[in-house]
Amino acid sequence: MNDALGQPQSVLVLGATSEIARAVVDRLVEGRARRVVLAARDEAGLGELAEGLRSKGVAVETTTFDASDPASTVAAVDTAFRSGDVDMALIAFGVLGDQLVDEHDPAAITRVVTVNFTAAAAAGVALADRMRAQGHGAIVVLSSVAGERPRRANFVYGSSKAGLDAFFQGLRDSLVGSGVQVTVVRPGFVHTRMTHGMKPAPLSTTPDAVAADVIAGAARGAHTVWSPGPLRFFMSALRHLPRGVFRRIPG
Amino acid sequence: MSTELLTGWGRTAPSAAHVATVRCPADVAAALSAADGRGLLPRGLGRAYGDAAQNAGGAVLDMTGLTTPFELDTSSGLLRAAAGISLDTIMRHAVPTGWFVPVTPGTRQVTVGGAIAADIHGKNHHADGSFARHVRSMVLATPSGVVTTTPGEALFDATTGGMGLTGVVLEATIALMPVPSAFMMVDTERTADLDETLAAMTEGDTRYRYSVAWIDCLTPGRHLGRSVLTRGDHAGAEQLAGRRKTVDPFRFTPATRLSAPPWAPPGLLNRTTIRAFNEAWYRRAPKREVGAVHTISSFFHPLDGVRDWNRLYGRRGFLQYQMVVPFGAEETLRRAVTTLSSRRCPSFLGVLKAFGEASGGHLSFPVPGWTLALDMPVGDDTTGAVLDELDDMVAEAGGRVYLAKDSRLRPGLVPLMYPRLGEWREIRDSVDPGRVLRSDLARRLDLLEDK
Repeated sequence: MNDALGQPQSVLVLGATSEIARAVVDRLVEGRARRVVLAARDEAGLGELAEGLRSKGVAVETTTFDASDPASTVAAVDTAFRSGDVDMALIAFGVLGDQLVDEHDPAAITRVVTVNFTAAAAAGVALADRMRAQGHGAIVVLSSVAGERPRRANFVYGSSKAGLDAFFQGLRDSLVGSGVQVTVVRPGFVHTRMTHGMKPAPLSTTPDAVAADVIAGAARGAHTVWSPGPLRFFMSALRHLPRGVFRRIPG
Repeated sequence: MSTELLTGWGRTAPSAAHVATVRCPADVAAALSAADGRGLLPRGLGRAYGDAAQNAGGAVLDMTGLTTPFELDTSSGLLRAAAGISLDTIMRHAVPTGWFVPVTPGTRQVTVGGAIAADIHGKNHHADGSFARHVRSMVLATPSGVVTTTPGEALFDATTGGMGLTGVVLEATIALMPVPSAFMMVDTERTADLDETLAAMTEGDTRYRYSVAWIDCLTPGRHLGRSVLTRGDHAGAEQLAGRRKTVDPFRFTPATRLSAPPWAPPGLLNRTTIRAFNEAWYRRAPKREVGAVHTISSFFHPLDGVRDWNRLYGRRGFLQYQMVVPFGAEETLRRAVTTLSSRRCPSFLGVLKAFGEASGGHLSFPVPGWTLALDMPVGDDTTGAVLDELDDMVAEAGGRVYLAKDSRLRPGLVPLMYPRLGEWREIRDSVDPGRVLRSDLARRLDLLEDK
C-alpha cells in the first residue's frame, strides 16, 4: 500500500535499466519499497540490478520485454500483478531515435513511435485496469519537455512524447475517483547515456535530481511534474514565441 | 453497492472500495459469503486517522445503518447497542437519565463497533481502563458463523483492539457509568516544562477520574514540554447548586456551532501558524484554576463543535502519531519530545496522558505508561524521517504506536510493538481461515501474515 506520505511498498518499473529509473528505485527502497518488479529488454542488465537490490533486502522479480512489441509490454504488466498488488508503476522506457535518419525512414519512425507512444499507452491501459481493480495505485510516466512544442531538430521524438503526454493526462482524468493517480513527468535535458555527446540544453539536470522530483511529485499526487521545476516557466515562454522566431532557435 | 473513494479522518492515501450499507444482521451474513479475494471490512464513522477502515478493491460494510437494538436499562445501566450506534447517540439518550459512556475519546462521532475494534481510551484510562473493560458481551459475525463472545474468551480479546479483522461486530452489551450530573468540575494548571508536567501527573492523577495534558512540542529550550493540565470529574448536584440554578443538572444538548470551509489552502497549517496557535493556547489557559464548571462537550469533545475540522489541513491531509512508552521509560519520552522540537517538526498541541492497566486485547494499544499523541500536516519534508526515528525509540523502549491512528509505520516493527501478534493471528485464522476480513492497514503492516 502507499502510506500517508505517498511512499509505495511495491513497485513495477518498465524500462528498469534506464538511469532515471534506477535512481528512482534506489530512492524508493530507501523509503518503504520492499518488493520491486524490474522489467527491461536487457536481461543481463536486469540481473545485475536485481543483485544489487537483493543485497539491500528487497524482494526482486525480473521480467524481460521489448517495447517495440506492445504485446510483450502488456505481458510484463500482467506478470507484475501475478504475485500481488503494485502500488506504483513507473513507465521509463523510450528511445531518442535519430532525427535526420528517422525523418526519411518510415520503418525507423514507426519504431520510435511504437516504443515511445504505442507500447507506453498499451501498458498504461493495462496498468489502469489492474489498479482500478485493486482500488489504489500510482502510475508515473516519463514524458519530456520535447513534447511541449515540436522542434525542427527533434520533432520525431518530440511528437511521440507529445502523444504519450496527452494520453496519460487523459488517462488521469478517466481514473478520478478510482483510487488510481497518474503523474506525468517532463524532464528537461538529463545527462545520461541516451544524451551522451549532445550539447546540454538550458536547465539541464541529472537522473538523481529527476528521481527526487518524480518521487516528491507522485507523493503529493501531482498531475504534471517538471524537472527541474523552473522548466515549467521556461517552456511556457518558448511555447508562446512566434513560430518564425521559434524555428530559428539553434540546436 | 457503490464504488467509493475512502480515506480515514486524516484524508491521506485514498483507496476505492465497494461500499454496501448494512441495515440488519442478514446483510452482513450475505456480504461475508459474497466476498471475493479482495475481502471485506466493516466501517463505522471513519474517525480512525489512517487506513484502518479502508479496503482497497474489496467490500466495505457501512455499519452506521445498523442501529437496532438500542436498549438502555436505566436501573442497571446496562446498554444493549447495535454496532452502528454512535457514542453521540448513546450520550444523548443516556445522560439525561444519569448514565454516561464508560469511555469517551476526543470525539462522540465513533460507533460501538469502531470503539471495540480500536479498543478506544479516554481521559479516564488511568482510572477506568479502555472500552473493552466495560463490554459485557458482544455478538460477532465471522466467516465461520455468528458467535456471542464474553470477557475472558480468546476471541473476545482478539476482537477488542482487533481492528475489525476478526469479524463484524453486530451488537454489544456495555456497562454504562452512573453520573451525578451532565457537568464537569475541572481543575486547570499550567506547567513550565516536561519534568513539571510528568511530576504533576504522577503526583496528582489518582485524585481525578479524568486527566490529560495538552503539551507543546514545538517550543524549544527550557520550556520544552510545557503543558496545560486539565483534570476533573463529574460534578455532583450539590457542587452545581447555586452555580447553575436555572439549568437542569442533566441537560445535555451539544451543538455544532461552526463548520470548516470545504477547501483550505495547502500549507495553511504550517510550522509558523502551528507555533503561534500553540503559544496562544498556552497563554490563554489560566495559570491555576480550581473547580470550574464545564459541559461534557467542552471538556471531552471540543473539536466536535467544528464540523469537518480535518479539512483545515488542506488537500494532502494530516496524520496523527500516537505512541505509548512504559513507565520508567521517561527518558525515551523526553528524547521524543526533544527530537520533535529540535527538528522543528510541525506538530499541533500534543496530548500527553498516563495510561493505567491494559485490557486483555492482543492488539489493544493502551499499556501502563505515558502516551503522547500529535497531529501533523502531511507535506513537510522532515515528518517522515522524524517519525521513523520516534518509532525506533518507542519500539526499543518496549512501547508501541496506536494502529487506529497509524498511516505510515514500517511493518517490521509491528511484531516488536505488539508481541502477541502471533497469538492474535492464530485466533483470527480460526474464525476466518479464508482471510475474508482484510483492510488497507492489514495489507500495509502485514497484520495477517509475515511477508
